Amino acid sequence: MKIVVCVKRVPDTETRIRIDAQGLGIDPAGVKHVVSPYDEFALEAALRLKDETACEVSVMTIGGEECVETLRTCLAMGADRAVLLRGAFGQDGLAIAKALAEALTADSPDLLLFGLKAADDDQQQVGPMVGTLMGHPCATAVASFGVEGERVICEREVEGGVQTVTLPLPSVLTITKGAHQPRYPSLKGIMAAKKKPMEIREALAGPQRISVRKLELPPERDAGRIVGEGVGAVPELVRLLAQEARVL
Amino acid sequence: MSGVLAIVEEHGGSFARSAGAVVSAAAMVASNLDTRVEAIVLGDSGVQERAASLGTFGARKVTVVTHPVLASYHPDGYLEALEPLVGDGEYDAVLLAASDQGKDLAPRLAARLDVPLLQEATGLSVDGGRVIVTRPVYAGKAVLSATSDVAPLLATLRASAFTELGGGSPAEVEVITPSLDAEAWPMRIVSHRSTGEGLPDVSEASVIVSGGRGLGGPEHWGVMEELRRALGPEATLGASRAVVDAGWRPHSEQVGQTGKTVSPRLYFAVGISGAVQHLAGMRTAGTIVAINKDPDAPIFKVADYGVVGDAFEIVPRLAEEIRSLKESGASDSGRSA
Ligand SMILES: Cc1cc2nc3c(=O)[nH]c(=O)nc-3n(C[C@H](O)[C@H](O)[C@H](O)COP(=O)(O)OP(=O)(O)OC[C@H]3O[C@@H](n4cnc5c(N)ncnc54)[C@H](O)[C@@H]3O)c2cc1C
Ligand SMILES: Nc1ncnc2c1ncn2[C@@H]1O[C@H](COP(=O)(O)O)[C@@H](O)[C@H]1O
Repeated sequence: MKIVVCVKRVPDTETRIRIDAQGLGIDPAGVKHVVSPYDEFALEAALRLKDETACEVSVMTIGGEECVETLRTCLAMGADRAVLLRGAFGQDGLAIAKALAEALTADSPDLLLFGLKAADDDQQQVGPMVGTLMGHPCATAVASFGVEGERVICEREVEGGVQTVTLPLPSVLTITKGAHQPRYPSLKGIMAAKKKPMEIREALAGPQRISVRKLELPPERDAGRIVGEGVGAVPELVRLLAQEARVL
Repeated sequence: MSGVLAIVEEHGGSFARSAGAVVSAAAMVASNLDTRVEAIVLGDSGVQERAASLGTFGARKVTVVTHPVLASYHPDGYLEALEPLVGDGEYDAVLLAASDQGKDLAPRLAARLDVPLLQEATGLSVDGGRVIVTRPVYAGKAVLSATSDVAPLLATLRASAFTELGGGSPAEVEVITPSLDAEAWPMRIVSHRSTGEGLPDVSEASVIVSGGRGLGGPEHWGVMEELRRALGPEATLGASRAVVDAGWRPHSEQVGQTGKTVSPRLYFAVGISGAVQHLAGMRTAGTIVAINKDPDAPIFKVADYGVVGDAFEIVPRLAEEIRSLKESGASDSGRSA
């Protein structure tokens, strides 16, 4: 079975975000990048399947040359091969989805795994868009899954509950945390990664139709106050919540 | 023809909590574009009777798409039913709630209609005839304003960030019964198990009582539950990742970068230190209350009100005070955010 995991390079979640001079993007100075956390969950899910059954795990990303580093991390974790689709994409998830769909059609994998959402733009869309474009069924927010014959059985995390769904292969899943605690690359993995295939192609450059007007920091929260210490402060807290904030 | 379309969510014959906010947001955009507002609701026949009531929020016309297989959400069925209606409508904007369902459906609709999508909008405005969406990015550490270069502008809205209008007259209702065949959909929904004890989801709730590692173990959630109950039916429980990773609470309750991003009216952080990844998920809350025994905990930097001390002493007392305030009728509750 062939599995492809789509991963995105994003700023580390600890990073302090500064806005660039044009006010349209972030200032890249000093920003450390990582594999988007949900994509690590997706990769972990694929690697667990590989631990159990014979399958080939590829990772694919769209971005600049610097993404080679991101892909190497995934290879070190245990992926077999990597594909970089070189291109500069902005906020338009559909443009990214089209480029991925085009590349994935050529690869014809059985299972396409995505993160539920990317930690930078948080758009939560590329996975189901790729599914729709390729005509493959798609289950989102999958916390765990297994393959039985020609079908995948998924547990989806939905509002107020867990839904069990089955889909025929090939299919698209977007992965949420579940029990997917990502493994760390081992030293052996890091060494092996250097010899694994890394393919670089150009991404399909279609129109990008989201125009950014402005990127800004969220309004600063007004300095809060410590109402007091211990239970003695509770009546005053409740008074403030009721009369000042008017939220009770 | 032009207009703004609100796709309204329905569960078992009643509108979702988000319905009023989504239709109202559509009405606001429509009035700025000088055009009309329509709503579409999909469901089993039960929803028909209530459809005209969406007029309260400004909808002029409501299209009810009914079919037994639309009684509960299935992406293939909803997409099949909606695509022709939305595609032929020549709408300026199409808006849905950023619920799990809305966020699952919207990308598929975007791909079919070949228009970009902006998920989880927290603001909408109109500038020079274009609809501008504002939405948090970098898990709330920045705010993006963007627009689509093609119509319709497709967006999902975080309902708690929009105000409900009121006072409109009943809408005109049209009922459509498409022919749909669930057998043809490749994905099968096998079962659904409720885990939330019927509580609102953290991403939708207007009040959240969130607990962290400071609570010491799952057996201590009784005090949290007591506070939640005192706050009323719109309140729900949340958790930090430390708590979820330890298996004390389900991941569905996790707030933060790898959990849900929330914007409730009121957020209680109890025994939560306030790591950036947690703050990322809740910093847009209306009022933040922190209870922590460490006066230097970073959570106090974003909290509007903080109490330093032991959660096990403070939380039960807080629940008690809130209960007696509500019983005295002096509370301001019942207003929506
Ligand atoms: C990629 C990535 C993604 C992440 N995503 C998330 C996320 O989505 N959500 C999230 O929450 N975290 C996330 N984290 C983890 C985050 O960095 C913190 O580790 C986590 O938020 C800490 O949880 P906590 O505040 O419950 O625990 P701690 O940091 O251990 O804090 C416990 C607090 O409780 C206080 N306390 C102890 N006893 C009491 C008492 N009796 N009464 C009152 N207070 C008490 C302590 O003073 C302390 O401040 C992520 C981390 C990474 C690297
Ligand atoms: N540039 C990209 N390259 C590869 N995969 C991507 C890219 N952008 C998004 N994805 C995938 O789509 C998922 C959802 O991203 P998003 O819709 O942007 O939140 C991510 O978790 C990745 O799996």
